[in-house]
Amino acid sequence: MKYLDEYRDGERARQLAREIHRITTRPWNIMEVCGGQTHAIVKFGIDELLPKFITLIHGPGCPVCVTPLEIIDQALEIAARPEVIFASFGDMLRVPGSTTDLLSVKAGGGDVRMVYSPLDAVRLAEQNPARDVVFFGVGFETTAPATAMAVYQAAQKGLKNFSMLISHVLVPPAIEALMSSPNCKVQGFLAAGHVCAVMGYEEYPPLAAKYHVPIVVTGFEPLDILQGVLMVVQQLESGRAEVENQYTRAVQREGNLPAQDLIRKVFRVVPRKWRGIGEIPQSGLGLNDAYAAFDAARKFGLADRQVAEPAECLSGLVLQGQIKPHECPAFGQRCTPEHPLGATMVSSEGACAAYYRYRRQTPDVAGKTP
Amino acid sequence: MSQVPIENFALACPVPLAQYPHVLLAHGGGGKLMHQLIGKMFLAAFRNPLLEAQLDSTVVEWTGRKLAFTTDSYVVRPIFFPGGDIGSMAVHGTVNDLAMSGARPLYLSSAFILEEGLPMETLWRVVCSMRDAAQRCGVQIITGDTKVVDKGKGDGLFINTTGIGIIEHDRMIAPQSVRPGDAVLVNGDLGRHGMAIMAVREGLEFESRIESDSAPVADLVRQLLQAGIEIHCLRDLTRGGLASTLNEIAEAAGVRIDIEEKSVPVREDVHAACEMLGLDPLHVACEGRFAMFVAAKDAERARQIMRDHAVGAEPAVIGRVAESSMPLVTLKSVIGASRILDMSSGEQLPRIC
Repeated sequence: MKYLDEYRDGERARQLAREIHRITTRPWNIMEVCGGQTHAIVKFGIDELLPKFITLIHGPGCPVCVTPLEIIDQALEIAARPEVIFASFGDMLRVPGSTTDLLSVKAGGGDVRMVYSPLDAVRLAEQNPARDVVFFGVGFETTAPATAMAVYQAAQKGLKNFSMLISHVLVPPAIEALMSSPNCKVQGFLAAGHVCAVMGYEEYPPLAAKYHVPIVVTGFEPLDILQGVLMVVQQLESGRAEVENQYTRAVQREGNLPAQDLIRKVFRVVPRKWRGIGEIPQSGLGLNDAYAAFDAARKFGLADRQVAEPAECLSGLVLQGQIKPHECPAFGQRCTPEHPLGATMVSSEGACAAYYRYRRQTPDVAGKTP
Repeated sequence: MSQVPIENFALACPVPLAQYPHVLLAHGGGGKLMHQLIGKMFLAAFRNPLLEAQLDSTVVEWTGRKLAFTTDSYVVRPIFFPGGDIGSMAVHGTVNDLAMSGARPLYLSSAFILEEGLPMETLWRVVCSMRDAAQRCGVQIITGDTKVVDKGKGDGLFINTTGIGIIEHDRMIAPQSVRPGDAVLVNGDLGRHGMAIMAVREGLEFESRIESDSAPVADLVRQLLQAGIEIHCLRDLTRGGLASTLNEIAEAAGVRIDIEEKSVPVREDVHAACEMLGLDPLHVACEGRFAMFVAAKDAERARQIMRDHAVGAEPAVIGRVAESSMPLVTLKSVIGASRILDMSSGEQLPRIC
C-alpha cells in the first residue's frame, strides 16, 4: 500500500538494523515516548532486530494509560446518570476505574456511545437537545486540536447540553519529569511524531541541552522507528545531544500553527496528575475561563477526589521505564487484558497489553503467564 | 406475604462468571470473553460429547448416515449493507457452518423476531433476498417461526436459521485431524465484511466502497472434496476473524500454527481502513471466508481449485502447522520477526490516536 508498505520493507529494515549493529559500541537505553511506537515495536518485533544491549524503554505516551483513576471514576459517575449520553473514544471504554468500567456502565443501562471524533459528540448534542451529551476528552497534543474544535463549535452553536470531561496531557513536561528523576536510566528519546506534527519541536532543544540527551522526532512505521533508533545511537556514540527530525514527511519545526492557535483559544495549561506517575506541573490542558461552561466536572458538581491504585499494579514503574511489563508480579497472573488491574494492560498501546499479546512465547516473558 | 431478602436467596448453582455481573457486548465478540462464557456457562450446563466437540456444525449419525446440524442468529445492523443484507447472510452463514464439516446443505429453518413498526417493504426485501440466496445454495427453507416484539425492544429484525446437511465423505474434518506439517490456507482476502459494516454503521467514508465478502462456500468445499484434497479441518472466519479461528484450532488440536504475515491476503482498501482505525485485519470478521488445513502435498492444488472457483478471491497458503508442547499461533511479521498472534479479548475498539 502506498505510504505504508514502503515503510515496512523487510530488506530495508534489516539494512537499518545492520547499520545500528555496526555503529553500536556499548549499551544504550532509549525511550520511545509514544504508545503507538511501543505497539509497533512489539507488533513487528523491531527490538528483535536490534543489538542485545540496546534497550528500548517504553514511555508514558499512551493516553489511555495515563488518565488518572480519579477522572475515570468521574467519567463512570457521569455516564451512569440517566439524562446523560456519554461519548468516548473506543479504547477508553474498557479502562478499569476503582470499581467498574464504561462498558459495564453501558451494560447496566448507561447510555455510553463510542465516537471516532469529538465533533461526533457535538453532533449527538445537536440531535438530542433533551439529553446532556458529555465527551471524554483525553489524549496528548495529537487529539487536542479536535477536542478544542469541538468546544469551539459547541460555543458557536450555543449548545447548552454539551460538555467535556477533560484530561488532556502534554509530552514535553513529562519528558522533563522523567529526566529529572534520580532513577532515570534514559539516555536518548524517540519523540512522538504525531505530537510534533501538531506542536512542532521547538520545545525540545532546551530539554536536550539541559539533560544532555539526544531527542529524535520519530514516526510509527518499522522503518521510521529503526531510523530513529539509528539517529539516536549515532548521536550517543559521538557524544552529541541534539534534536533531530526523522519524521520529515509529517513534521515541521514550527508544527501546525492554526491547530496550535485553536488549542490556545480554548485551553490553558494546568497541572495534571498522570496515572502511575503522579502530578506533573504544567503538564495538562484544561478549559480556559471563556469556555468554563463546557467543563463537565463543574457542570455536574463533581467533587475532587483521591483514589488509591490497586497496590499490586506496578504500572507506574512501567510507565516510567523502571521495569519491563513482565517484571511486575501480577503480569499474566492476576492481571490480563480480560481482567486488567491497570490501564497499561487495557489499551492496545499500553506496554503491558503489548507484551501480553505479542510476547508470551519469549522465554523471559513466558515464565510469567499461565 | 413478606419478600425474601435478596441476600438470603440462593440459586441452586452459583453463577459461574462472577467477575461480570452483566453480559457485555464483548461476550459476543468472538474473543476470549465469549469463549469463557460458552465454556463456563453453556458447555458446563449442557455438557455432552457432541457439544464438546465445539464444531461449526455438529455431526450426528442417523440410521447409518451422517448428518450435520447447526444454528446461528443474525443481528447485523444495518440490515442492508454493501455486498449483502441480513437475509442473504442468514442463509450463507448457516450454509457455511454446514460446509465446515464437509456437508452438503439440504434444509434450513428460518425464525424471525420482528420489531413492531418495521416497514413491510423492508421485510419483503429481506425475505426475497433469503429466497434467492437459498436457491443459489441449493437449500430449501422448510420450517419457520415468527414473533413480533414491542417497538424499542428489538432492532428492526433478527433472524435465526438452523440447518441440516448430509455428509457424503469419509474424512474426519475436525481440529483433531490437524497434523504437524499441514498447510494452512484461506480462500480469499480477509476483513472485508467487518470493515464494510463498520464503514456504514459509523458513517466512515473511505475513497472506495468496501463490499462485504458474504458468500456461500459449500460448493467450493464440495469441489475440494471431490478433487480428493486431503482436508483435515475447516473453520469459517466469522467473529474474531482469522486470529480467533486459528487459536481455537491450535488449542483443540494441541499444535503450533505459524503464519507468514506477508502471505495473508488483505485488500488495500481494507488494510487502509484498518490502519486508520487502529484495527488488525486478522481480527476482523469475514462472512465468506474460511481457513482450511490440508496435507502439505495438496496445498498448491487446493489453492488452484479455490482460485478457479467463483467465491475464491485471492486464495493463499498462509502458514504451516508445527509440533508444540503448548498450543500457540505465531505470526512472522513483514520485517521478519516472530510474535504471538493472539485471540482478541472481546470487541475490537478503535484507538484514540
